[in-house]
Formats: sequence, structure tokens, C-alpha cells
Amino acid sequence: MPAAVEFRSVSRHFGPASAPVKAVDGVDLTIAEGAFFAMLGPSGSGKTTCLRLISGFESPTAGEICIFGENVSNTPPHLRNVNTVFQDYALFPHMNVRDNVAYGLMVKGMGRAQRYAKAEEMLALVHLDAYGSRKPGQLSGGQRQRVALARALVNEPKVLLLDEPLGALDLKLREAMQDELKSLQQRLGITFVFVTHDQHEALSMADSLAVFNDGKIAQIGTPAQVYAQPKTRFVADFVGSSNVLPPALTQSLGGPAKWSSLRPESLHLDPAGPLQGTVTSLRYLGSGHRVAITTQGQDIAAILPSGTQLPEPGSEARLSFAPGALHIMDEA
Amino acid sequence: MTAILPAKSAADRLTTLFWRKPKLLLALLITPPLLWLGVIYLGSLAALLLQSFYSIDEFSGMVVREFTLKTYGELLRPQNYDIILRTLLMSAAVTIGSVILAFPIAYYAARYARGRWKAVFYLGIMLPLWSSYLVKVYAWKLILAKEGILTWAATQTHTNFLLDAALALPGIGGNSLSTSYIGMFLVFTYVWLPYMILPMQAALERVPTSMLEASQDLGATRAQTFRTVIVPLALPGIIAGSIFTFSLTMGDYIIPQIVGNSANFIGMAVYQLQGTAGNTPLAAAFAVIPIVIMLIYLSLAKRAGAFDAL
Repeated sequence: MPAAVEFRSVSRHFGPASAPVKAVDGVDLTIAEGAFFAMLGPSGSGKTTCLRLISGFESPTAGEICIFGENVSNTPPHLRNVNTVFQDYALFPHMNVRDNVAYGLMVKGMGRAQRYAKAEEMLALVHLDAYGSRKPGQLSGGQRQRVALARALVNEPKVLLLDEPLGALDLKLREAMQDELKSLQQRLGITFVFVTHDQHEALSMADSLAVFNDGKIAQIGTPAQVYAQPKTRFVADFVGSSNVLPPALTQSLGGPAKWSSLRPESLHLDPAGPLQGTVTSLRYLGSGHRVAITTQGQDIAAILPSGTQLPEPGSEARLSFAPGALHIMDEA
Repeated sequence: MTAILPAKSAADRLTTLFWRKPKLLLALLITPPLLWLGVIYLGSLAALLLQSFYSIDEFSGMVVREFTLKTYGELLRPQNYDIILRTLLMSAAVTIGSVILAFPIAYYAARYARGRWKAVFYLGIMLPLWSSYLVKVYAWKLILAKEGILTWAATQTHTNFLLDAALALPGIGGNSLSTSYIGMFLVFTYVWLPYMILPMQAALERVPTSMLEASQDLGATRAQTFRTVIVPLALPGIIAGSIFTFSLTMGDYIIPQIVGNSANFIGMAVYQLQGTAGNTPLAAAFAVIPIVIMLIYLSLAKRAGAFDAL
């Protein structure tokens, strides 16, 4: 069975060939059918360009892109069986919600009654049955997003692309939408590919993810793999703000002379702990406390559960970690 | 602890007053321009409207200041009705011609022109506006004349037959371009084109790229995107531009005098009636026609949903 999306050493360069801006640089990527796949990375890392390469709004300067085994590198967007939920939703302001949702069917020439029936079905799917006659301008941000979702799903795409789908929503709505997207994806069985710069979003929604940095994929894996076993310093730092330890410090903790990472929540206060330093900051996080100490010129943060006896800022503290928590990275 | 600074000078007291009553400041600022708009703009329009309900005494030539619809009745006389119809058709043709010419230019300027090219675009649109209107119209008369450069170019390229075919068209043809309705149409379109391009470009610029991408993403071809997304979203700009081209053509009295077959237009009729003929009521009645037509046009446009995207 072919993969839903496959990148074969795909590059997308902008600007002159002499000094190109390498937005995407030699990316190999396979997204399995039915996956909920996240492209995670800071802005300018190439994740959005990758999404646009799948939708067809960018074409690769090198390499090829296959959707369900078919090379689509030279296929225009309107002939690809993928649909996008845009970051700004891009709802048509001059059409009501029903016409927006039915748009994809309208341009295919489906009759009015039939396409409206299908549109209502899609609106019911996103719990907006009663909103068909409204204009997008009369909806809240969360509702607009659902309309955008219904509009993208009406064509029954093989792959649904979501560009920062939750970026414009407030925290509470964002969490509700995360659950809803997840359950929608499981019910429909469509491959979802979404772009985000928010590691929590990527970790909690995706069943596999790619971390982008400088136009390249730094790591691909399940959220658990990427979180617990970051391959590079960048991944360790970007996904879950790990403590990244230089080779010397790793060695002093009994590891090899390589970079390593320690998750803040795997550390705890211990009078006999191997990491000793001055407490530089204390922060209350609601669910716990974040304590930072400085040791050998390196800041180490620990997340401590509520109710822990906290050290004073400026005092000496010792931290220790569970065996196996120290993750050695490949980078020397 | 130091006290809050006490209000000392008159200026301090004034700013405090404005701060406490922001509407007072607004009223002070907006009143003079509102007076200008209300008295000078709308007031003169009202005076015009009033004049059109007066009539002229046919023997003495004096204006009778009594309310009557007789003057409006005169508009329906064949020679006056012809003037109205002629002006209306010309205005409609000029507007349609301008829309067709302006759209690609405005679209290019809004979507593709960047940096220096944008400046070139604005300059190119505005430059003709900076020179005298009369100079441009006379220049066009020379261009379109039988001895003009257009005829010469047609002869040189052996495309005379095209020009002759155009001039042979019944109704709109004529002896030469400069004495035909075709020539008048060309000059009107040339002169008013910037007023169509600019609002159109502003409207197109407000259409986010993602909306065009969304349309494509959902399976629309370029033609479908154009018809169902771009045109409806640009429509407010097209309407705004057409208000300019339409009403400017309806009111113009110089171009029909210089180019064309000297057939009367509304503007010329107004000019002659209030000047030489001294028939101010009929001139006013003529002047009301473009206003009424514009109001009808706008209400039709509104009903058709032209402003839904605003």
C-alpha cells in the first residue's frame, strides 16, 4: 500500500540560483495513510512550505512528491485530491456558510439541491447545522474554523492539510478543538497533516511528527520518541524545552563525551544528587513549580510537583534524576 | 507623596474639558467640514432640484417661480429624449469599456506589481491626469482626425480596411474617427480610465491571496475562481469606478463638442440652456437626470449584492 504522502529528496529554493534561500532542502518524508501527522518547527523552518508543496501552491525545485503513489510534482492544486484548512480560514465573505461549504461541489458542477444536502451534512459534522444561512462575518473565530474544516472536508479529500489550525483561537477553545480534530480524524479515517509551531499541540494531537529546522527535518518519529529521545540539541530544546547538557557535563554525570538531554520533569530535589548549583529562579506554573539552578555555567531547570519544599533563590540545591533519564544524543 | 499636578493654565483646563467630554472635541472638529458638505454641497444640489420644478414663461422668457412638473414633461419631447438616451448609452458604453480595459491593469497592479513597478504603475495612471484636460482632448482630436496618425498608421500597415469597416458601422461610424461616436467613446474612455483603475485596484488589493488559493484548493479552475471569487470581491471597487466613469461621462460637455458629430449631450444641453437660452429650469431638470440614474443604478447594484463583500 503506498504512503499517503511521500517526499523524495524534495527541495524548494527561492531567489536567485547563485544565492538561493533554501526554504526546504532535500527533505525525505513518508506519511502513512490514516496518520495524524504534525510538522513542527519554528517560523521559517520550512514546515509551511512543505504543506504548500503537498497542496500544490509551491512546486519543488528538485525531487518529487507523491500522493498515494502518484507523482503530483507537476499537478496544479485544483487537480489534487487534497484540501487545506487555511490559517486565516479564507472563507469567502460574499457567500453564506452553506455556499462556502458547498463551494468545492459547486465548481465540480453538482446540482444545487444535492450539494446543499451534502453541505448540511458537513455542517452537522462540525456542529454548525443551524448556521448555514449566516455570513462568515457573523461567526466567531471558532465557528469560522469549523466552517473552514467542513468546507475542506466536503470534497472527501484523501489528505487534509491544516495550516496552524488552532493558532488564532484562545486557550480554552484550542483545547476543545484539539479533541474535536482528533476524534474527527479517527471517525473519518482521512490522513491529516498539520503544521504548528506549538510543541504541545504537536505532541498531544499527532500520532507521528516531523521536527523541522532550517529547511531540513531534524527528526521524525512518534511524539514519545521525539520527546524522550531527541536526536539533536535543537530537537531537545525545541520540543518540550529540555535541559541540553554539553559533553563535559554529560561525562561528569557518568555518560560518554557527548551532548545529552534531561527532561525538567525527570529531575527532583535530592540532598545527595549529582547536580549541584545555585538556585537562580523559581516560577510557579499552576500544576507545579519550575526551579532553575546554575551548575558549571549551565542552567538546569526542574519541574517539581506542588507541595514540594522549595529552596530559596540564591541558595545551594542539589538535583538528581532517575536512572535512564539522561538521554545521550548522537551529536558529539 | 506628591499631589497630582493641579490644572493651572487655561490650556490645561481646556484639554481637561476635552478629555472629560470627548464628543465636544469631535463636534468642534467636524462642524466646519459638515457645514461645507451640508450647505455648499447638498444645499446647492437642493437649490438645483428646486429650480427644476419651476418653469419658464414662453413669451417673456422669465422664470416662473411656481411649483410645476411641466419642465420635467419637456424632457420627454423627442429631441430632449434623444439627448438623454444618447448620453445614457455613451456613458454605459464608456463604463463597460473602462471596466474591460481597467481590470487587467488593476489586477496586475494589485497582485503582481511590487516595489518599483508599483511606483511605475501609479505614475503611469496619474501622469495623464496632471496635464490639462483640454490639451488631452484636442490632442485626441488630432490623433483621430482623417489626416491624423491613426489613419496614417493604418495606411502604412495596410489595415485601412479595418478602420473603414469600423467607420462604416451604422449609427456609430462616420466620416473619420474624430467625427464619429467611436472616436468620442475612445476619448471618453481615455480620459476617465484612471478613475476606474484606482478604486478597482484598491478593491483587488484587499482580496487576500489565501482566498484565491482556497478556491483553487477546492477544485476551481482559474476561470471559476475569477467568476465566483475575484469578480464578486472586486465588485464594490468596480461599482465605485463605474460611478465615476458613468457620472463624469453623463455630465461632460467639452468632449462631445470637440470630438464627434456635434450631436447634443446632457452636459451640452445644460450648458446651452442655462447660458444662451436662459432656460434655467430645463437646465436644472436635465442636470437632475444623471443623479436619478445614478440612484437607480446604485439601488440595483445593491439589490444584486454588489456591496455584500464590503
